[in-house]
Formats: sequence, structure tokens, C-alpha cells
Amino acid sequence: MRWLWIDRIVHLEAGAKIAAVKNVASSEDPFGEHFPGQPVMPGSLIIEGMAQTAGILVGHTGKFAEKVILAKVSDATLQADARPGDTLLYEAELKSFDTVGASTAGTVSLLSPGGDSSQPSEPRRIGSIDLVFSHLDQNRAGAEFPEHNFVFGPSFKMVLEQSGIKTGIEGGIQD
Amino acid sequence: MTHDEVYAKVSEVLMDALAVDEDEVTPEATLTGDLGAESIDFLDIVFKLEQAFGFKIAQGELFPDNVTQDPEFVQGGKLTPKGLEALRQRLPHADFSKLDADPSVAKVGEIFTVSALVRFCESKLQAAG
Repeated sequence: MRWLWIDRIVHLEAGAKIAAVKNVASSEDPFGEHFPGQPVMPGSLIIEGMAQTAGILVGHTGKFAEKVILAKVSDATLQADARPGDTLLYEAELKSFDTVGASTAGTVSLLSPGGDSSQPSEPRRIGSIDLVFSHLDQNRAGAEFPEHNFVFGPSFKMVLEQSGIKTGIEGGIQD
Repeated sequence: MTHDEVYAKVSEVLMDALAVDEDEVTPEATLTGDLGAESIDFLDIVFKLEQAFGFKIAQGELFPDNVTQDPEFVQGGKLTPKGLEALRQRLPHADFSKLDADPSVAKVGEIFTVSALVRFCESKLQAAG
């Protein structure tokens, strides 16, 4: 299984916006060390979650024909920790898109379990992450990459399909 | 838009895209040498200029993508006269003074100065009317 740091896409507006959630679980590997007895979701993995969320928006905009690669973290600010039991909400919008790449602006919010109520809290914004993506095949003059789209393989396809989004990605691709 | 207004916007884009301070952005500063821009930053700069000025920059319009890969234009790590001419035609806004003196491929980045970028934006704005 590929490294997936989002669980479900909850909103997708083609060519414009996306929102995805990630439920933070205490069983996750990084918590053994980050930190012993004090589980805190590593900021780098929150950036990865945003990159996957926004990357899917970019991929979807290009009908998943391009290999969409995170090229640059333009800006990332996180002001609070995410802990087991929290739900991270990633929201991103497409700022620019052309043949060579795309840029996105995103916010990260936290939904925490309520005290007496079983309802989660209202989303609380904890940060923002702006990214630049490259369409790999359009940017490496002379360099050759595998023909198949190794970015949007079975794992992303699964998340997309479980979220009710049609991909047109063909099955059976090696991950 | 006045020259100073264009300069201020370009300067803001560069500070944002390259995480440099205001005093580092001078008209003569080169994007790669002085301001530390890497290849992917150029894509970021193009996007941010488009947003700042509201015009569209076509692929290769501002930063050419194939001149330095063409054997007709580059020999022994230096641009041939033909290569220099091709570059000059594609990039009328760029500053060729240093490259004319030493046409090494490694120096191609030096034609992209802050003032070259400002000139490029001004010509785009003029063309748009």
C-alpha cells in the first residue's frame, strides 16, 4: 500500500477546489517516535496530506493524463498540533494551471472530538500551505520517465473511487 | 501602470517566490546567481506574475526551455553566435551584456535580471493596451 495521508475527498469542484479529510489514529507508525508518550502528527506529514489533496485537484484538472509531482512548498504555516482522535481537514484551491504545472493555495483545519457530545467541533483553522506542482513529462528535457502514470496509481484510484469520484484511471498499474 | 509600480509588483513577487529580502532585490540582481532561483522557482515566478498583473505568459515566453539543449546553439559548453541570436530573438527583454562577453551556458541565467523581468512585464502590459 502506498503512503496515503488522506482518507477521503469530501468535496471536489472540477478545476477549482477540493477538500479532503484525514482521521488521525493512535496506531499510526510515526507516533512511536513523534513523540514517545506524546503523539503529535508531524508537520511534514500534514504537508504531505495537503500535497496529496491538492495534487489530486491538479491531476483531476488535467484528466489524470499528467504525472503531477510536488515541486515546491511555497509557504507552510501550522499553528497547532494534530493528535490522535482529531480529524484534519485539507482545503485547497487551484491558483494557476498550465501545461507545465500548477499552483495551489490551501488551508488546514482541525475537527476535534467534542467533550460531552459525540459531535466533532466546528473546523478550527490551524494553518495554510501553498504548493507548486510540476507536470513531470513537460519539464525534464531529455529525461525519460516510465510511460504509465505512476503518480495516480491504485492507491489514489482507491481513495478517489471510495469518495465517489470517477477517475478514468485504468486498473492494474504497478504501484 | 508606471515603471515604479511595475517594479514594486515584480519585487514583491520575487520576495514571495524566492524568500529574499527587499534590499536584495535590486535592478541588476540576477535571479539565479544573486537571488538563488532554481528551475522550479521560474514556474512559481511565472504563476505569480500572471496573478499580479493579470496577463498570461505562454510556456517558454519568459524563460526559454530548449535553446541550451540544442547542439546547433551550444558547442563546448558555450553558446554559438547562432545560439546567442536565437536567445536574443526569443528574449528581447533580457540583459545580454554579460553573456556577450562570456557566452558560457552556465552564464545563461545571468540574462535574467530583475530589470529584465520588469521590462518583460512592461512590454506585456503595453501589448495588452
